[in-house]
Amino acid sequence: MRAYLPDFTAERADSLPAALARLAEAPHPRLGPWQPLAGGTDLMVLLAAGKLPPGRYLDLWGLAELRGIEVTADYVDLGALTTYSQVREHPLLAAEFPLLAQAAAESGAIAIQNRGTLGGNIANASPAADSPPALLAYGAELELVATAGARWLPYSDFHTGYKKTLLQPGELIRRVRLPRLPPPGPDTLPAVHFYRKVGTRRAQAISKVCLAAFVLGDGQELRLCRLALGSIAPLPLRCLRTEAELLGPGALTPARVAAAQAVLADEIKPIDDIRSSASYRRRVAQNLLAQLIGVCNLSLRPR
Amino acid sequence: MKLCLTVNGTEHTCEVHPLARLLDVLREPLALTGTKEGCGEGECGACSVLLDGRLINSCLVPALQVQGAQVLTIEGVAAPPGHLDAIQQAFIDHGGAQCGICTPGMILAAKALLAKHPQPTLAQIREGLAGNLCRCTGYIKIFESVVHACKQPPTGADATPGEPAAPSGATP
Repeated sequence: MRAYLPDFTAERADSLPAALARLAEAPHPRLGPWQPLAGGTDLMVLLAAGKLPPGRYLDLWGLAELRGIEVTADYVDLGALTTYSQVREHPLLAAEFPLLAQAAAESGAIAIQNRGTLGGNIANASPAADSPPALLAYGAELELVATAGARWLPYSDFHTGYKKTLLQPGELIRRVRLPRLPPPGPDTLPAVHFYRKVGTRRAQAISKVCLAAFVLGDGQELRLCRLALGSIAPLPLRCLRTEAELLGPGALTPARVAAAQAVLADEIKPIDDIRSSASYRRRVAQNLLAQLIGVCNLSLRPR
Repeated sequence: MKLCLTVNGTEHTCEVHPLARLLDVLREPLALTGTKEGCGEGECGACSVLLDGRLINSCLVPALQVQGAQVLTIEGVAAPPGHLDAIQQAFIDHGGAQCGICTPGMILAAKALLAKHPQPTLAQIREGLAGNLCRCTGYIKIFESVVHACKQPPTGADATPGEPAAPSGATP
């Protein structure tokens, strides 16, 4: 059943301060607080289905303060309204953060990628979203802003439960920061960037399981491993215990792979739902981990 | 709200709810019914139009986000009127249209693709049409129509339909 539009109020925000002031207003007795609207690829679906709560919606799409990709020597900042298409089209992101570029390329199809935003994907907080595992693998940070000021937090702290985040009422995500690696030098370790989304079909599908990993190693051991999965827990999950199994000296032998797979199966909390079953997701997550380790064993040989 | 937007080169002004879908604005007050509603949730691409030159699903864009925008719908693709676009002609010549519900969206998706990649690879054509569903033709004739609409024959590896995506590899 479609929404009854007269139950909804919406207006465009003209500037970030004006938007934050609106969001800080006391909730309306009937319509509640103002809710942010970005690219609309989630909210408009809910609206059409009659599942969007009636209320007041503030359109952020025109806010220049939330746009743009800024590159410095140490990091890349992406405005919260950066679209997937803009992620895909940015040559430095494709070169240095290919997991994010690949996540953007696998989120919906072109028409969705032209509207869906990184900040919206994060704030919407779906455990099946495609960009969060890539952002977790790269150690991203978020800047949140409100009328009271701004704060930074590690993205790995942001999600706290199913559709629950640390975003406070009145707060917006302003930008996402990705730390850059030092320029290549004699001591540079080989890197593996691994992203694999498993869905029903190749285009336009929501994932059953998604795994992103960023690994640095020297052929004898993995020195750094950030492993994150989507669609296997109530929130996008960085798998620290599985990472610990993979770090440390010694080759990644079949026995160690099996041990890491067992830890992963325990660390993730998949469920049966419309897209897949818990047992399938657990098995596929383990298979993707084995695939990742296979790529690491091939790619991280001593130079 | 009072919405002003330019559709197919003509300025329009109408009174709509700020969260009215662009799809409904096009089909109802503007009476441009070439843009179709399929799923209404951004999955099928039947409502695809170009918004400021970019392909979008008009069912997912609210009116307040298109204030002052330029929109191209299927009614504006033949330019000048009566002279079919190369993509439209190719759909006729190669059987790319059957029931017709997906066709406007397919043609707009192909239009966006060829604007961005005037000489696309076969894989780029496949990706450019990936957000548009067809329940009649099995896609091959649509794909071939777009191939024939290209000025140069497309090249490059073409993935077999249904083949899984290549696993992501390592970077050195």
